[in-house]
Amino acid sequence: MNEHNVRNFNINFGPQHPAAHGVLRLVLELDGELVERVDPHIGLLHRGTEKLIEAKTYLQAIPYFDRLDYVAPMNQEHAFAIAVERLTGTEVPKRGQLIRVLYSEIGRILSHLLNVTTQAMDVGALTPPLWGFEEREKLMVFYERASGARMHSAYVRPGGVHQDLPHQLVEDIGKWCDPFLKTCDDIDELLTGNRIFKQRNVDIGVVSLEDAFAWGFSGVMVRGSGAAWDLRKSQPYECYDEMDFDIPIGKNGDCYDRYLIRMQEMRESVKIMRQCINQLLGKEKSGPVSSTDTKIVPPKRGEMKRSMEALIHHFKLYTEGFHVPEGEVYAAVEAPKGEFGVYLVSDGSNKPYRCKIRAPGYAHLQAMDFMCRGHMLADVSAVLGSLDIVFGEVDR
Amino acid sequence: MSQALTELSDYLRDRKGNLIEDARISHGELTLVTTGPSMIALMTFLRDDAQCQFVSYIDTCGVDWPGRAERFDVVHHLLSPRQNMRIRVKLSTSEDEPVPSLTSVYPGADWFEREAYDMYGILFTGHPDLRRILTDYGFEGHPLRKDFPLTGFVEVRYDDEAKRVIYEPVELKQEFRNFDFLSPWEGTDYVLPGDEKAKG
Repeated sequence: MNEHNVRNFNINFGPQHPAAHGVLRLVLELDGELVERVDPHIGLLHRGTEKLIEAKTYLQAIPYFDRLDYVAPMNQEHAFAIAVERLTGTEVPKRGQLIRVLYSEIGRILSHLLNVTTQAMDVGALTPPLWGFEEREKLMVFYERASGARMHSAYVRPGGVHQDLPHQLVEDIGKWCDPFLKTCDDIDELLTGNRIFKQRNVDIGVVSLEDAFAWGFSGVMVRGSGAAWDLRKSQPYECYDEMDFDIPIGKNGDCYDRYLIRMQEMRESVKIMRQCINQLLGKEKSGPVSSTDTKIVPPKRGEMKRSMEALIHHFKLYTEGFHVPEGEVYAAVEAPKGEFGVYLVSDGSNKPYRCKIRAPGYAHLQAMDFMCRGHMLADVSAVLGSLDIVFGEVDR
Repeated sequence: MSQALTELSDYLRDRKGNLIEDARISHGELTLVTTGPSMIALMTFLRDDAQCQFVSYIDTCGVDWPGRAERFDVVHHLLSPRQNMRIRVKLSTSEDEPVPSLTSVYPGADWFEREAYDMYGILFTGHPDLRRILTDYGFEGHPLRKDFPLTGFVEVRYDDEAKRVIYEPVELKQEFRNFDFLSPWEGTDYVLPGDEKAKG
């Protein structure tokens, strides 16, 4: 064949592809099996969340956050709640903080379980997802028992959480911890030393720390490249500063390191959950779970039956909603996928003027081209798996 | 925290005062206001200076203030993992006045600027590939502008005869009702369905 007859080959990866983790369309330019260029086309799940939030009161905006990263819904609500609390100057009582931390860690395990196991599926292993999803199901039951919904919980509200946890539920979460560590070890055994898994992941998608920061990476993506950077430690919110846990970091910045970090983070999360449960059953056994500021937090049903003032507050808060003082604030939490931030601009009315959602997956996905160039076609799905992409938050 | 921010603010004013129009601290966050021509120099300084080291790019977004002459705010967020500090850099622009792209300083700004262009129509000069990102292929308008209606202009459905998805103007089965809950006591300024009978 003559030189000029050789041309690059373009293929469409997705939007319907099991390894695309949702609705991602990648336009790949291939030279043989080498990837020359990746052009991700996103937005197939765009729902205009930010626009919708501008038209709702602050309380009505919360359920939209469940639908962003639907793998770990409460972590998103948490970021929004923190932003509103910072603007209004609301304090969350200790028990409320503990419940938030407990459920944030449940969300982290939910997300990491899904990611680790589907990453394994992307490179050919079918057993881990089955084992992982069994545990996820149990965690979703905990979500349901706290909020009434398996996924779209709308549980973390500005000022605290919506309801107190039943005593039995806290105990059951405590009982779940030990068997889960066993499952973790089982998955570990299946994957960590697995020859195929290592061949597909080691030295694939290597990112240097400098690049990771410049590309806007956060969470596991920077920790994999060697930075001990975790918002729970470095800019602690709620009662994370009282918790004892470690931050695992990677050395090589490849897909395999990121997998190892996620496995270790799940164990650290269990450690945090145990500390929360001990406090929730011990020192903080009772007490308010949300702020007692009646201008922000609606009254409980029982109060409404007796107090006229509570009834008025209830009516006002569920129709007009509360007014948030003018200002702007950027609140970030360490979501399972990285730094999930909410940039909230308030004009003093009862609706957010602007609510920019900074999704970690968005920044990670845009680096697909940078990370995949020069890799083989089969590595694209391995890299995509280790980026931990969920389209709810990428497309918003 | 705020002590460190005040120091940083003073330091920046001292070193790069000509690039900064205003610096203020509120809610424990430092906001710098700058202008289009001085933005790149300021951002490069923030990234490279030893006392700043804002190496981590966080976010870029637009905010629409239709009442102003320069209706858009372009808001950049940066993070310094070394100093453990965040900073916000703002500049304002109008519909047809482009702002410099940050992609030459932070490659990660690429998609965030595309999004700002898609959602608000803010133009960036020096951006390698400024196309729409989140909206549909062939979409018209900039949905996050305040004058863009919440319901949009077109809706899609699958047409069984044409055997493809077609676009049609939005047709609401029920008129869009804006519940103005700012005054739940006074009610709405339009007639609620059913109420017209009571009037007659």
